[in-house]
Amino acid sequence: MMEDFAKTGEHVIEIRDLYKSFGDLHVLRGVDLTLEKGENVVVLGRSGTGKSVLIKIIAGLLNQDRGDCIVLGKEVSQLNEKELRELRLKIGFSFQNSALYDSMTVRENLEFPLVRNIANLTRAEINEQVESVLDAVGLLQTINQVPSELSGGQRKRIGIARTLILKPEIMLYDEPTAGLDPITCLEINQLIVEVKEKYHTSSIIITHDLTCARETGDRIAMLLDGKFLKTGTFEEVFESDEPRIKSFYDYNFIQ
Amino acid sequence: MSAKRKDQVYTKKIDSALLAVYNGYSFFVRFFREAFKGRMELSEIIKQCYAIGYKSLLLISLTGFITGMVFTKQSRPSLAEFGATSWLPSLVAIAIVRALAALVTALISAGKVGSSIGAELGSMRVTEQIDAMEVSAVNPFKFLVVTRVVASTITIPILVFYCTLVSLLGAYLNVALNEGTSFRAFFENAFEQITFLDIGTSVAKAVAYGFTIGIVGCYQGYNASKGTEGVGKAANSSVVISMFLIFIEEVIIVQVSNYFRI
Repeated sequence: MMEDFAKTGEHVIEIRDLYKSFGDLHVLRGVDLTLEKGENVVVLGRSGTGKSVLIKIIAGLLNQDRGDCIVLGKEVSQLNEKELRELRLKIGFSFQNSALYDSMTVRENLEFPLVRNIANLTRAEINEQVESVLDAVGLLQTINQVPSELSGGQRKRIGIARTLILKPEIMLYDEPTAGLDPITCLEINQLIVEVKEKYHTSSIIITHDLTCARETGDRIAMLLDGKFLKTGTFEEVFESDEPRIKSFYDYNFIQ
Repeated sequence: MSAKRKDQVYTKKIDSALLAVYNGYSFFVRFFREAFKGRMELSEIIKQCYAIGYKSLLLISLTGFITGMVFTKQSRPSLAEFGATSWLPSLVAIAIVRALAALVTALISAGKVGSSIGAELGSMRVTEQIDAMEVSAVNPFKFLVVTRVVASTITIPILVFYCTLVSLLGAYLNVALNEGTSFRAFFENAFEQITFLDIGTSVAKAVAYGFTIGIVGCYQGYNASKGTEGVGKAANSSVVISMFLIFIEEVIIVQVSNYFRI
């Protein structure tokens, strides 16, 4: 568990009584969550409990059926196209499968959001920023490679680097350690912590990996049956006698 | 199946068909809204023109040449019966310019370009690459859809023009080998009967086909779902729907041009 709590008390994300269904499938049923500036909140839960849906609503990729989702003081579902675009410049989204653009090299992947969002950058400035974020994730040597030549862990890092290039205030990580070997998982966890310290981000980390949750989260929110069952520090959540939380803990073999 | 259950199935099918029409219409309207808004992705349009045009050249050359040659060969006996083989260049040119070149190019492009656009965008959709563009404040519709539709609308008329020339060359070769007609005599005879209306109609068809192939491929790919199965389905339906629409457009444009001809 991280000891350095650089929180300020200012809420960057406020979610109140959020509902989302897909047909007859009720995924979120009254979710409440706040993210303070400088805080890393881990949303834990089994697959299919709506964790990814939650951060997609925060990023404006999905609309809620009911409830409020306020990001940096703005209700996401009420924003027009231009306002949403401006808000998204302040949000970094790391996808579960990295979502790197297959047809582009690593350099082009990183340049893509940069040149389209920041006008009048010189070639030297673009190169400097690309190399700086690649250096931050320790993969400068892959700059001219294409995604198919990278390992799963490298792809995750490049995906994170691509979001960092716009210097976001909020980072949303969707299953950052899914499908990776234990050593690479530890490296990704370390990177998430470093990102917070170096780029002063506030983050929501979606995972079902308890090691990731313990290493990266200031606060844990346990999502079960479409609601947060328990929220608190890692110890507070897993000292609970709630059988569903205990069984989740046992499944992760880290007792 | 009970009557009530049957009714429910039909209602669902009608609902989904109407929804598909509405979604297609919204996509079409969105294309024009986005196309004239903000800065154009010129380098991406050029890249797509290259991908659509240059990479289809060999296939178009081969099919165009064979179409011209075979059509000439098949038409000769009928004309010979009336002792009118000297009309062969005009007949072939009319057929190629008015119908064959545009149709052959469009059908080949629907297969090659339409499926490729459908599969590429479909794969980007299911691997969340389109979502990744959205969350990094880039408009994926403008970057992926507008560029591809504009590129196919520009490139397919050029391919039709090229196919016309190659088909006429194929026809010339056949005529030269059988009747010994010179190159100049063949083309003078061929273009004697071609009017500006024929050329205008051919251009209009080519633009309509290019737009159709681009927009259908993009629509199917952009709205793909259900993983790899969805990608295959997007590629397949891009080809089927494009071809269907191309034939409908062919009928409409021919009717309209015949109205002006009279």
